[in-house]
Amino acid sequence: MSEIIKKDLSEIIELIKKKEIKSEELTNLYIDKVNKSKKLNSYITTCFENAIQKAKEFDRKPNINSLLPGIPLAVKDLFCTDGFKTTAGSKMLKNFIPKYESTITENLWKEGAILLGKLNCDEYAMGSSNETSYFGNVINPIAENTVPGGSSGGSASALAANLTPATIGTDTGGSIRQPASFTGTVGLKPTYGLCSRWGIVAFASSLDQAGPMTKSVKDCSIMLEAMAGFDKKDSTSIEKKKENYSKNLKTDIKGLKIGIPKEYRVENMPKEIDELWNKGKNILKDLGADIIDISLPHTKYALPTYYIVAPAEASSNLARYDGVKYGYRSSKGNDLIEMYENTRSEGFGDEVKRRILIGTYVLSSGYYDAYYLKAQKVRQLIKKDFDENFGKVDAILTPSTPSSAFKIGEKTNDPISMYLNDIFTVPVNLAGLPAISVPAGLDKKGYPLGLQLIGKTLDEQNILNVAYAFEKNCNFKNEIKNWWL
Amino acid sequence: MSKDKFDYYIEGEKNKYEVIIGLEVHAQVSSNSKLFSGSATKFGAEPNSQVSLIDSAFPGMLPVINKECINQAIRTGLGLNAKINNNSVFDRKNYFYADLPQGYQISQYKNPIVGEGKVLLDMPYGSKEIGIERLHLEQDAGKSIHDMDPTSTYVDLNRSGIALMEIVSKPDLRSPDEVNAYIKKLRTIMRYLGTCDGNMQEGSLRADVNVSVRKVGDKKLGTRCEIKNVNSIKFMQMAIEYESNRQVEMLDEGKKIDQETRLFDTKKNETRSMRSKEDAHDYRYFPDPDLLPLKIEQKLIDDLKKTLPELPDNKKERFINDYGLNSYEANVLVSEKDISDYYEEVAKLSDKKLAATWMMGDLFAMLNDKGLNISNSPISAKNFAELVRSIKSGEISGRIAKEVFEIMVESGENPKKIIETKGMKQQSDPKELEKIINEILTKNKDKVDQYKSGKEKLFGFFVGQVMKQSGGKANPQLTNEILKKLLKG
Repeated sequence: MSEIIKKDLSEIIELIKKKEIKSEELTNLYIDKVNKSKKLNSYITTCFENAIQKAKEFDRKPNINSLLPGIPLAVKDLFCTDGFKTTAGSKMLKNFIPKYESTITENLWKEGAILLGKLNCDEYAMGSSNETSYFGNVINPIAENTVPGGSSGGSASALAANLTPATIGTDTGGSIRQPASFTGTVGLKPTYGLCSRWGIVAFASSLDQAGPMTKSVKDCSIMLEAMAGFDKKDSTSIEKKKENYSKNLKTDIKGLKIGIPKEYRVENMPKEIDELWNKGKNILKDLGADIIDISLPHTKYALPTYYIVAPAEASSNLARYDGVKYGYRSSKGNDLIEMYENTRSEGFGDEVKRRILIGTYVLSSGYYDAYYLKAQKVRQLIKKDFDENFGKVDAILTPSTPSSAFKIGEKTNDPISMYLNDIFTVPVNLAGLPAISVPAGLDKKGYPLGLQLIGKTLDEQNILNVAYAFEKNCNFKNEIKNWWL
Repeated sequence: MSKDKFDYYIEGEKNKYEVIIGLEVHAQVSSNSKLFSGSATKFGAEPNSQVSLIDSAFPGMLPVINKECINQAIRTGLGLNAKINNNSVFDRKNYFYADLPQGYQISQYKNPIVGEGKVLLDMPYGSKEIGIERLHLEQDAGKSIHDMDPTSTYVDLNRSGIALMEIVSKPDLRSPDEVNAYIKKLRTIMRYLGTCDGNMQEGSLRADVNVSVRKVGDKKLGTRCEIKNVNSIKFMQMAIEYESNRQVEMLDEGKKIDQETRLFDTKKNETRSMRSKEDAHDYRYFPDPDLLPLKIEQKLIDDLKKTLPELPDNKKERFINDYGLNSYEANVLVSEKDISDYYEEVAKLSDKKLAATWMMGDLFAMLNDKGLNISNSPISAKNFAELVRSIKSGEISGRIAKEVFEIMVESGENPKKIIETKGMKQQSDPKELEKIINEILTKNKDKVDQYKSGKEKLFGFFVGQVMKQSGGKANPQLTNEILKKLLKG
C-alpha cells in the first residue's frame, strides 16, 4: 500500500478513477507518512481532520471527471486558506487565520483536491534555502543537513519525500524552480498573469507568480491546468481561454529551435553543471531539435536589477503588517510609533528586515532615479533581450541553478552568495516569462540538478512538451532513501 | 458688494504686497462604491460597516479599479475644460498611519488622469480665468478618533479607500474673495456634473491652501506655505488672511519665509507650523505594481463628452441672451443646478424677467429664512409660475402678491385658488374703478379744490383712499390713470 504514495500524481489519479483506492485511504497514507516525517519540518500546519472529512465526502459522491479527484494536497503557506492558519513563514502571521480562500487554492478544490496541510517556506518567500522561516529550517530529503532551496522549500521537501502527491509554490525570483532543482522534482513558473495572485501573501507584486511543483512533467501539466485562469479580482491577470495542457502534452519536438544563451556560462560554475547542460543539449538534439547559440547580453544585470525591484515592492507590500489590524502586535511601546517599531522589529526576521531596508532606500527621494528607475529601465532591456531572441528560437535551455543543494547554515552569513543562487532564474521573472525546471541528473555527491526551459509569453504548452520529451529520454531517477524515518 | 476694481493688497510697514494663492481641492467622487473595492460609500454609516478585506488591507488582497470613478474623473476633467490623458498611472504614496491600512495610499503622482484646464470666475471687477494644473484620483484614508478613550485611539475605516479627486489650481488666485468664488465655482461645476456632492459639512470637499506674498510689481513668486486640510470656505479665507499678514510682517522685518506645512487653528484663528521642508515625509512614490497603467480610449472620452449636461458658464450665457437677464441675475440663478432647473420651469410658464426678480427676492428670502433648499421649497415651480403670471397680467398687485405668496408658503396651494377663494383679485374694471373714484372725489370736494389750485401732493391721498375703499385690490396703474383723468376734468 505505501508504494502508492511513491507514484506520480497522474498515476494516483488513475487509481482513484479506477476505484482501486479511495480518497480516504490515500489521504491516510499521506497522513501516516507526514506524521513520521516531522524531522524534515516541511509542514507548518497539518489539516488532517479537514482532509479526512473532505475525503469521505468525496468517496460518498466521487466526481472522477474532475482534474484532481479526491487528491489530498499540501500547499505553500503563502496561499490564504479559509479557516486555516496562513503564516507566510513569519512570526508576524503566526496566528493569522484568513476568512477567505486564495483563487489558486480555490481552483484546486474546485477540481476535487483536498487541503492536507500548509507547507513551510522562507519568511514572506524571501530566501533561497528555507532558512529564514520563523518555523525553522526545512531539510532536503536527499540528504541530512542539506537545504531544500527556497523559498518554496517546504513544498519541494514534502513533494520529494512523498508527503504530498504534488504541490504549489510561488516564484518571485526562482522560488519554485531552484528548490525543484535541489530536490530532483519538476517546478514551473507560469507567465506573469496566468495564475491569479489574489489571496497570496504578496512579496513583490510585479514578479510573484504561483506555479505547480510535481514529480513529473505530466503531473505539472495537470496541476497547471487546474490552477490557471483569468481572475477579475487580480488586475494583472491575463484574460484568455483555459488550455488543456495535459491533454495536449506530446513528446514530438522535431524541428523546434532551442536557444543556448552564452551569458549563462558563469564564472566558477561547477564543471558538472556545464556537463549536464551539454547532456541536455544533446538529448534535445537527438530528439530532432535545432540547437542555436544565442546571446542575452543584459543577463549580468538581472540579479542587481532584481535586488532593487523586488525589495522596493516588498518594502511597500509589507507596510500593512503594522500590528494595527491583524497579526502580531508588540505589547511594548507608549505611542503609535513605538508600537510600530516594536511590532515590526519583533515580528519580522532578519532577511525580511534587510529587504525592507534595501527597498526603502532605493525608493527614497534622491536615490529613486539612480536605483529604482534605472532598474526598471534595465528590466525592459532584459525583456527585450528575450523578445528579440524569441523571433529566432522557440525555447531557451539553461541550467536551473549554479550549484546543487548546499549545507544548512553554509550561506546564512553571506547574503550575496545566497542571492547568487537565483542568477539563472531571476531574468525570467523580470521578463514575466514562463520557465520550467526539470531534473536532469545528479552531481558527484549524488544530489540532483535541474535544467531550465524558458518559453515565450503564454507558451507554457511548448515548454511542457520539450520538458516532457526531455524527461522521457533523460533517465533521471531521484534516489531518496527515507533516511529520516 | 460691488467693488469694481481689484484691491486686495496688504500694506506692510514698508511695502505693499500682493497675495498669491493656489489650492489643492480634495473632492469626494460621487460613486456607489470605493475606488478599488466594492464597499459602499454612504456617509454616516455605523463605524467600520463599509469596509472590505481590500479596504482593511488583508494579506493577499488586490485593488481593482472602479470604472465608475474613472468616468467621474473624466467628466470632471471635461467640465474643467481640461485635457484628459489617455495614459495615466496609479502610484503608491508610502507612509505609516493607523488609519491607512495598506501603509500606502494609492494615488497618481507623475501621470495624472487629467491635465491642464481652466475655470472662469465672475468677480465684481470682471471675469477672471484660473488655471487648473491637474486632476488626479486617489484613495481617501480612514478616520482616527482620539477622543473616545483616554488611552486608545479608535479607527473607523468606512472612509478608507473612497475615491477622491485632487484638483490642483495654478497659483492664480489673489484674494480670499477669489478663493471663495473659485471653490463655489468648482462646486457648482461638479454638482452640475453629478461627480461630487460638494457637501463641505460631510467632508466631501476639503482643500490644502498654498499661500505666498510678493511685493507689488515683483515677478518672482515668494516662498509658499501650505495650510493643510481646511474644510470650509470661511476657514480658508480666515487662514489666508492670517497667513498672508504673517508673511508680510516677517518680510518687512527682513526675515525669511521657510517653506513649510502649517495647520489652521480655527479656535485661535491662526496658522502654526506642522513640519518644515526638511521634516517633510519621503513618500517613496512608485507605480503600484498591482495595477496596470490606466489606458483611456478616446472613444470613451468622446462618449462621456456627449453625456455632459449644459454647464453653468453656457447656461449663464443662454439666460442672458435668451431670457434677457442681467449678468448678476444669471449668475445667481445658475449657481445651483436645482435653482436653474426651477427657474427654467417657472420662466417657461411666465414672464422670464419678472420670474427672476421674484425668485431672487421673495422666494430666496423665504427659503433662507426657513433653512430650506430649492429642492424642498414649499412652493412648486408650477405654482410659482402661476403667481408670476397673475402679477404680470395685472390680476393681482405686487402688494397682494406678497400676501398670496405667504399663503402659498403655508398651504402649498395653487395661487389661482387662493386669489379666488379669498377674493384677492385686483379691481381692474375701469368702470367699477371710476365709480369708486367718483364717490371719493365727491366726498372730498375740499381736497379736490386744493389739488386743482396746485397742491399736487394730495394725489397720493386720493390713491390711498381708493386702495382703502377697494380693500387694496384696485389696480394701481389704472387707478392712477383714472384719477388723473377725473381730477383734470
